[in-house]
Amino acid sequence: MGKIFFYVALALAVVSGLIFAPEHAGLQIHPMEQFVVQPLFGHGEISWYTPTNATLWLLLAVAAVFALMVMGSSRRAIVPSRGQSIAELAYGFVYKMVEDVAGKDAIKFFPYIMTLFMFIVMSNALGLLPQSFATTSHIAVTAVLAMLVFLTVTIVGFVKNGAGFLGLFWVSSAPLALRPILAIIELISYFVRPVSHSIRLGGNIMAGHAVLKVFAGFAGALGLFSFLPIFAITAVYALEVLVAFIQAYVFTILTCVYLKDALHPSH
Amino acid sequence: MASTTQEASHGAAEAAHGGGSSMPQLDFATFGNQIFWLAVALVVIYLILSRVALPRIAAVLAERQGTITNDIAAAEDLKAKAVEAENIYNKALADARAEAQRIAAETRAEIQAGLDEAIAQADVDIAAKAAESEKAIAEIKAGALDSITAVANDTAAEVVAALGGKADAKAIAAAVSDRMKG
Amino acid sequence: MEGNIAEMGQFIGAGLAAIGSGAAAIGVGHVAGNFLAGALRNPSAAAGQTATLFIGIAFAEALGIFSFLVALLLMFAV
Repeated sequence: MGKIFFYVALALAVVSGLIFAPEHAGLQIHPMEQFVVQPLFGHGEISWYTPTNATLWLLLAVAAVFALMVMGSSRRAIVPSRGQSIAELAYGFVYKMVEDVAGKDAIKFFPYIMTLFMFIVMSNALGLLPQSFATTSHIAVTAVLAMLVFLTVTIVGFVKNGAGFLGLFWVSSAPLALRPILAIIELISYFVRPVSHSIRLGGNIMAGHAVLKVFAGFAGALGLFSFLPIFAITAVYALEVLVAFIQAYVFTILTCVYLKDALHPSH
Repeated sequence: MASTTQEASHGAAEAAHGGGSSMPQLDFATFGNQIFWLAVALVVIYLILSRVALPRIAAVLAERQGTITNDIAAAEDLKAKAVEAENIYNKALADARAEAQRIAAETRAEIQAGLDEAIAQADVDIAAKAAESEKAIAEIKAGALDSITAVANDTAAEVVAALGGKADAKAIAAAVSDRMKG
Repeated sequence: MEGNIAEMGQFIGAGLAAIGSGAAAIGVGHVAGNFLAGALRNPSAAAGQTATLFIGIAFAEALGIFSFLVALLLMFAV
């Protein structure tokens, strides 16, 4: 019965594909259109306070964090519910990461790092919803996050260690002749950190969404054979779910690594 | 064909947001807006987490840890008590066993002593009885010998007389005792 | 075949820049493969090094993303 139904549906799809073939069957792929920031209401200019689709999804990320971390844990149960388990899992995951990577004395930065992690992981996950807007795919967002980390690390490094923080660039284990060259390299790599930190996150999310869009364009253009790109979209989507989490993890763990440099510059 | 469609897509993408940079990420006009709302979002998340969520979850985790620790401590306590009770039981058992052995040994020694005494008594009795019997036998024997001698003398005298001889009593007695020795 | 030379240059440059993504893929594979080889030799030490694995993958991947970005810039922003 199911088989017959399947074949009838397939035949109908073929016939309808032949009859209602798209007028311009060529490739019409606009992979970058999904990232356009538009005002939510009307079509006016975007000033700094205009509520846009980016605003909507940023605030939805806040709502998701609130739902998971506050409403999920509101019952304070000794034997946790599912929501509370996830909240505790996230807490334990980031707490252990901070403790293991950045050290015990970095625990006072835990709320700050937890904020970054929860925001990025929720934004990435929400961005994967169809028709949504991926806020973390924008350089403006990720650059602010990365600059926050960079400034925090630099300020904490100088406040904690004074001029001793500059020892981070003076590799005392290297031969003396090499040290100035290494210092220049270390200095450059230190200032490239926020760039790579932000572009890694934004680029990954942007690339994944663009790839999905390109495959979706193929699916629209191929007509009968559109199941091939649809399979590919399914696979890429699964990969993107993984990437959404891993990029949040990587961003957070690199923050911890940089923080360790700031707290203990003599590595 | 390919180049024209690409051009078309390029053009369409450009047309979608009024020309210029067709990468929305590089549309600097929206940066202020995004950064402002991002800052709002981050501050709100930070406040939510640091004021409400993280202390609450930390308290729940600590409470659970405390409950688990208490339970484990209680379990340790009970286990120690059980071990102690078992030790006491084992000790009582060993004591009882030693006591039983002691009583058994005592009883055995008592019985042995009684037995020894009875055996000694019996030995003494037996020895007395034996001596008495021996004496009686000796008496009987002596009596028997005397009787035999008398009978033999008489018989010998009768025999001698019957044979026509005449024998004096002394000679007959000597002859009989001589024969009886032999 | 109408069109201008500059646009052709853009497309060729974008294609060349996209090669960098493949190179980054080689790098990521190298990191993951070596991690696996080491982890199979000494599985007890593997669990403690997953953070290092992800940091290594992230650094290798970031450079690929740079080249992807250059391709995108050539395609859409120049």
